Amino acid sequence: MKRLREILKIATNNVVGIPAAPGMVIGRAHIFHKELITVSDDPIDNVDEALGYFRDAVEKSKKELHKIFLLAKEKMGEERAEIFSAQLMILDDPVLLNQIEVKIKYEKKLPEFIVQREMNIFLEMMRHSTDSYFRERANDIDDIKNRIIRNLQKKRLQSKVTPGVIIVSESLTPADTLLFAKWDAKAFVTDRGGLTSHAAILARSLDIPAIVGTHNGTHRINQDDLLIVDGFHGYVFVNPDEEQLRYFTEKIHKLQEINIELQELKDLPAETTDGRKISIFANVDVTGEIDLVLANNASGIGLFRTEQLIEETGEIPDEDEQRDVYYNLSTRVYPRPVTIRVFDIGGDKVKIFDFPEANPFLGLRGIRFLLDNTNIFKTQLRALLRANTNNNIHVMIPMVSTIEEVKETKRLIKECAHELKAEKKEFHKFSKLGVMIEIPSAAVMARKFAKESDFFSIGTNDLIQYLMAVDRGNDAVSKLYQEFHPAVLQTLEHIIQSAHEGGVDVSMCGEMAADNLAIPVLVGLGLTSISASPAAIHSLKRTIRSISYASAKELAEHCLAMNSSEDVTKAVADYFEKHAVPRTRTILKFF
Amino acid sequence: MIETNATIINKAGLHTRPSATLVKLAAKFRSDFYISKDGLRINGKSIIGVMTLTAVQGSELTLEFDGVDEAEMAEEILDYFKRGFDEL
Repeated sequence: MKRLREILKIATNNVVGIPAAPGMVIGRAHIFHKELITVSDDPIDNVDEALGYFRDAVEKSKKELHKIFLLAKEKMGEERAEIFSAQLMILDDPVLLNQIEVKIKYEKKLPEFIVQREMNIFLEMMRHSTDSYFRERANDIDDIKNRIIRNLQKKRLQSKVTPGVIIVSESLTPADTLLFAKWDAKAFVTDRGGLTSHAAILARSLDIPAIVGTHNGTHRINQDDLLIVDGFHGYVFVNPDEEQLRYFTEKIHKLQEINIELQELKDLPAETTDGRKISIFANVDVTGEIDLVLANNASGIGLFRTEQLIEETGEIPDEDEQRDVYYNLSTRVYPRPVTIRVFDIGGDKVKIFDFPEANPFLGLRGIRFLLDNTNIFKTQLRALLRANTNNNIHVMIPMVSTIEEVKETKRLIKECAHELKAEKKEFHKFSKLGVMIEIPSAAVMARKFAKESDFFSIGTNDLIQYLMAVDRGNDAVSKLYQEFHPAVLQTLEHIIQSAHEGGVDVSMCGEMAADNLAIPVLVGLGLTSISASPAAIHSLKRTIRSISYASAKELAEHCLAMNSSEDVTKAVADYFEKHAVPRTRTILKFF
Repeated sequence: MIETNATIINKAGLHTRPSATLVKLAAKFRSDFYISKDGLRINGKSIIGVMTLTAVQGSELTLEFDGVDEAEMAEEILDYFKRGFDEL
């Protein structure tokens, strides 16, 4: 059989991108266009269904707006929040709603088209006012119109995507990625994005192959084209020939065999050849992944990202809803622990308000946002305190840059506990309170942070981004995002040593922890706990089981003294070769 | 049917808050309520319609009330206009 290199040499139908999530699949393309606010005037057959969709979209919009209204009232005062209360009234406007329903019934066109046209009539009239106040109010109408249309299109999208397709898109938000995952998308191919964009991270944790940064994927691929997606190497073959199909069908078959072999590691400990035990925890983004966590015998959940609850529904769940989610999570993994990270809102993640920030990554995100919005924070803390019946919930604070933020969080936890006591509600104090070390200031001050917290979790994605001053989503500079840069390794060493000296646990939950190539260096630096996506657990375990702590320590010391990422990468590659450590990628390239 | 004129006398005009109050007032009654301004005639029970009037200070409006409780409705709504939407 030909090798991949030979196939590539003669191929003219391949699209190349960054391999963001491993796996190989063959399937049909579904082109997903991001500019959702293009409205279709397609005719409809089922009027009652369309009316139902319209009413649901209005209700959903009302629910979203109501939450925003309450937040705005708290944040900007009653007077300015009035914009939202007027928007809410529009969603209850009997004349408008009736007018839209009547037109849907008689014209038999998609509701989104009718909503757009009918609301634009009002919009245009307001835009033509001589008074600037009223001209600005037109934007409110526009906003509410778009909200309804967005909710309508979500419905339409759901009914249109056939399960089991390969999603081809310019870019994907975390919410899109999740939505498609729920419809059993086979793979993702996007024009933009880097290895650590959130869509890529989600794809990895959902075990769905993904190729990002293809630049021209959406131009080269058409709806319903047959595609081969090779998420290990970053190749898509569009309408493959027989030879390509034969090659990849065979490879996919081999892959399944390897997976079965890896499964056999399930009940074996993650232990080096000289007996050093490493705990492997799982990062969980969607509650469905817990099955995978249990199946793969992880030590527990090392990271549950709660902002994901907002991404899924577009709103912040209330205290009882949150309590149920956290309680169910902790019960399912009991007696293993679950580390729940409080909302990391802001940056490129969920945004509640559309206050534009010139520099969101350096702006109001993580704990900064929560301490600025204590109502949201306290609701979550109360839910967590009430959920900890099993005493296995560890709580983690994201984006910490100062000691004061930890102290203030502790004060709020106390306040919540007092309130719950007064209300005679059952609660249990958190077993552990820890901090994410992902901002350089926290890394430098790690010794001090060890005095104020029970554990560290190193978030390598942000840490590397801030340390190297490189936007991880920008493919023009993403080359400078180097996890093997000696500056990164020295910082990791400092954090790990500080934790050991201060007697606190230290783990790593970033992408680096899921990279088999990084494992020897990390173990060598003294790390004994990592958290990665459940799908990665077995291959990490295999790497750990084939190295010795003594040789890893030697490698780490050697790398710490180096000058560049290239030098370290080479030393690591040599290490793998010298100690004959199996590398999943290498195996795949040559079998 | 009762038809009458009304002038906007408060400084800010028929902006969001008084529009909302006006619609809420109208909803209490069973009669129909229409407002016209510069040839545009809208249903006074529709917030989006009332906002579309973009009635600033000094605007002249024509109000129509039609139905079983039109007299009480006209009285209460005219009073609200005369009070300058409680913003004087």
